Amino acid sequence: MSGMLYNEPSPLEVKVLTRRFGLESPVRIDTYLATGGYQAFQKALKMKPEEIIEEVKASNLRGRGGAGFPTGMKWGFVPRHSPKPKYIVANGDEGEPGTCKDRLLMENDPHQLLEGMMIAAVAVGAQAGYIYIRGEFRKCLEAVEQAIGEARERGYLGKNILGSGFDFDMFTRTGAGSYECGEESALLESLEGKRGVPRIRPPFPAVVGAFGCPTVLNNVETFCAVPHIINDGGAAFALLGTPRNGGTRLFCLSGHINRPGVYELPMGFNLLRMIEEVGGGIRGGKKLKAVIPGGSSCPVLKAEECDIAMDFDTLAKAKSMLGSGGVIVMDEDTCMVKAAMRILSFYAHESCGWCVPCREGTTWLKKLLLRFHAGEGSRGDIDLIAEVARNMLGRTFCPLGDAAAMPAMAFVEKFRDEFEAHAEGEPCPFEPSPREVLAR
Amino acid sequence: MSGLVKLTIDGRAVEVPAGTLLINAAKMAGIEIPAFCYYEGLSLQAACRMCLVEIEKSPKLVTSCTMPVAEGMVVHTNTPQVAEARKSMLEFILTNHPLDCPVCDKGGECELQDLTFRYGVDVSRFTEFKYHVPEKQWSPIVYFDKPRCILCYRCVRICKEGMGVGALGVVNRGVVSEITPNHGDHLECDECGMCIDICPVGALTSGIYRYKTRPWEMKHVGTACAHCADGCTTTLGVYDNRIIRGSNQDRSGVNGEFLCVKGRYAFDFVSHEERLRTPLIKKDGRFEEVSWSEALRAVAKQFQEIRACGGKLGVIGSTRTTNEENLYLQELARRGLGTNHIDHRRSGDVAALLAAVGGRAEALARTEDLYQRQAAVVIGADLAQQHPLLAFQLRANWRHHQARVYVVTRGPVREDSYAALSVRAEPGRELAALEGLRETLKNEPELVILFGDSVRGEAVYRLVEFGASLGIPVKYVCLVDHSNSRGAMDMGLMPDFLPGYRPVQEAGLEPGLTLPAMLDAPDLDALWIVGANPLRNRELAAAGAFLVVQDLFLTETAQRANVVLPAAGAYEKTGTVTNTCGELIGVKRAVSTMGAKTDLDIFRNLAVMMGIEIAPPAPAEVYSNMSQRGIAAAPGLTHAGLMDPANDTLFTSGTLGRYSKTLNSLKEAPGELYRWNS
Repeated sequence: MSGMLYNEPSPLEVKVLTRRFGLESPVRIDTYLATGGYQAFQKALKMKPEEIIEEVKASNLRGRGGAGFPTGMKWGFVPRHSPKPKYIVANGDEGEPGTCKDRLLMENDPHQLLEGMMIAAVAVGAQAGYIYIRGEFRKCLEAVEQAIGEARERGYLGKNILGSGFDFDMFTRTGAGSYECGEESALLESLEGKRGVPRIRPPFPAVVGAFGCPTVLNNVETFCAVPHIINDGGAAFALLGTPRNGGTRLFCLSGHINRPGVYELPMGFNLLRMIEEVGGGIRGGKKLKAVIPGGSSCPVLKAEECDIAMDFDTLAKAKSMLGSGGVIVMDEDTCMVKAAMRILSFYAHESCGWCVPCREGTTWLKKLLLRFHAGEGSRGDIDLIAEVARNMLGRTFCPLGDAAAMPAMAFVEKFRDEFEAHAEGEPCPFEPSPREVLAR
Repeated sequence: MSGLVKLTIDGRAVEVPAGTLLINAAKMAGIEIPAFCYYEGLSLQAACRMCLVEIEKSPKLVTSCTMPVAEGMVVHTNTPQVAEARKSMLEFILTNHPLDCPVCDKGGECELQDLTFRYGVDVSRFTEFKYHVPEKQWSPIVYFDKPRCILCYRCVRICKEGMGVGALGVVNRGVVSEITPNHGDHLECDECGMCIDICPVGALTSGIYRYKTRPWEMKHVGTACAHCADGCTTTLGVYDNRIIRGSNQDRSGVNGEFLCVKGRYAFDFVSHEERLRTPLIKKDGRFEEVSWSEALRAVAKQFQEIRACGGKLGVIGSTRTTNEENLYLQELARRGLGTNHIDHRRSGDVAALLAAVGGRAEALARTEDLYQRQAAVVIGADLAQQHPLLAFQLRANWRHHQARVYVVTRGPVREDSYAALSVRAEPGRELAALEGLRETLKNEPELVILFGDSVRGEAVYRLVEFGASLGIPVKYVCLVDHSNSRGAMDMGLMPDFLPGYRPVQEAGLEPGLTLPAMLDAPDLDALWIVGANPLRNRELAAAGAFLVVQDLFLTETAQRANVVLPAAGAYEKTGTVTNTCGELIGVKRAVSTMGAKTDLDIFRNLAVMMGIEIAPPAPAEVYSNMSQRGIAAAPGLTHAGLMDPANDTLFTSGTLGRYSKTLNSLKEAPGELYRWNS
């Protein structure tokens, strides 16, 4: 099976996780072994568990799923002497609008993911690993299953791996089409075959995770970075990025740019440069209006805020988030009310319905924005949108509510003029009127 | 976790056991934290977000229903931020809630109304279309109105966790999430109605009560349920002298909030159109309606004549009449009518148990023991079917305290699903099977043994010997079948025992005829049957005997009577009954009768007519005869051959069940519920 790439690479890329992309038969274990594959795992087998965790801590690797939690610290939370079995779970339920990187990693280099998880297993003493793959990603599933089969055949999985006495095996699980299952505790419920709703936390998965046992649960991209950290050392990985934001990151450029695609760039890469030099600038020579920097849940940045380093801390300072690396670029012809409406429609559709503020709030916001964009909103509705979102923020059961509330608040705050332009029966200034459409 | 934790809630110093949830700690301190989804005893949900509070040093509001207390924690439940959060949660809940309160059954006792009144706002900012789907009927009893549902999942949890049934689940997601039966469009369940009563809003309503009245128009009467022997208190809602609702939302009685389908809905026998309202006398083979005085005169005259000529008079008492009535009846029979042929239909060998434990009151378990003791054995009974409350208690004990439950039954029972061990044994062979559990049971710190009618006579003594040989504290429950089966024995409706299990010889009497012996005696001159139907499928040997029957309905037995006296039902009288665990349960009149008289009134009228003076028993008299007080029964005549249990299931209840349209509407309920014992 061949790999799947959807865009030309950029010369500005720093290829670490994606360095095997574009090779012939990248999915085969032979290709992987010929390019240094599974060496990090063999090295890890000889290391003490604490040493592996220390190396990951030193790399400043932070969770690539969106929250940016330090990976080494997360691994350190797993109780060392638990009588229960331990599990490694990879979150491949990539569903954040604007994000499309885990899919490439699984399609083009599945062994890298396997190796990262195997190293995590050595570090915490886990017996089994699950790769939870979004249901729609059939190609990922095929690639990963093929890779697991090959790894088993060659003795990288199973009992007494490579004569080390270490036992570990891996399995795939697929989702059934729910964004919520990308949330770690809902993912675990779904993994166990239950309805995909989040769990009460604490306890966190590191202590009570899959099947009630201690579990390391990381994003696919996070695990994929681990072999490089073990091979080259945590310090070397950290140096690729900015302080406290180690390594590279797969940025998914989409929207109104000339060369949309997934590009591996160092942490802290400037956003404007990313749009201009990596993405080839705005389509049709238009002006930049706004960027959603890390997937649909991240507060939007206005054009003038876009001269910014793309790392977790800098974006947090700018009251947005690096999230899962989905950079959505919007040009001057984009209606911000419509953008907000589209995002909230997504969250209303994906809210699992467990808790009141998310279930009712997302739908309310969606209805408000639909009505508003259709020109049936009043000026009072503008504040109401912000108010409803604010009432959700920080009060929902899981982060999905925040993911819906934050962008809604940011759109109203930063583009209030556009909302005002829609109010009191005004048609959307960015969409052709029916008369214009008929004249075409 | 042990010891006490000190924390501050709203400036008040509070000391509670470690592990207490904040919402309960506040409750202990007298501070209300509102919640919909939190429900004591059920798993945590944290879905309604009403219980958010401020904890110092915590960046966000925290749900107090999931947060255990911590030493030095400083909590605020009445800050503007908390008030604002509550208000906004209510606003969210009300966005898709229909606000049809004026016609909603729950109006007036709705938690959403109450909390909106207290914490909400009077203005709705939601001007969009509300999501609507039509109402659904899931069973003859359960209706579901989705738009009213606030998705607190209490119903799903009580059904799965509390009842062990799991008939409810949820489909779809987001705002269109919907509670739904797990079997598609209909319920396969006990029809207990727990889901309806636990619903904080009017989403789940009962086909029995819906649209009948407003809650504040009813009179609420807490009384003992008329059906099985568990002694639940059901609070009857009475409107216009009709019972229209049963519930126990005030958690009174030994059952707390628990009620099964019979306690909650099977009160309709009271108003069945076939209720007897006029005394009947058979003339030329046909019943004629007569006045009370004529009927009573006829009975008194016959009884007096038989007594005068030394004739043989038998009395069969009821397993549903009150203790006061039973006590009076046995006094009237023994002293007034001079007969010791008095008995009732037996369903458990209580007398043998009391004799075997030798008056040790601590060896008799109470209902609460089933929830508190660390282990229990169920022998020869399908608890979930026949003793729903006891089954609920045991299950809750397992859920909350990890109690071990052992099952020794003939066939599969619901308790198997969580039992530490289940053993199958044919009736009569249970003790042999129990022997196999000896080593396991020996390691338990304590034990409650519940046994059905298949352990009787000598086997009861062996069971108690077995218990004693374990070397641990053991308590027993002898299971009986009807609301006052236990009280009939306690109050001396037996040919060999006076009230309090005193042998009749104490009063210089010889043991009289037992119930089967009376029916078989060819020389019986008269038989007086109170609230029983022994001739349902057999003949009376003494075909010419004068037969007096007092009952609610013209049963098979009543049809053969010479005189039929219409009696009041359990919900039409006041007194006490004794449940299977020997606890005294109050009976309170909910509705008045039309035409019928209470059994006690009938007894007293007859006594007066016959010139016999017997004072109605004082409450203390009932209490002093109760076996729970540790009265040693003398080992006497074995009752082993007399057991004739009704073997009711959840949807049957002897004669009363036959006249309950609600129960009959459920008879076609799925097979899983009817098993080896029915």
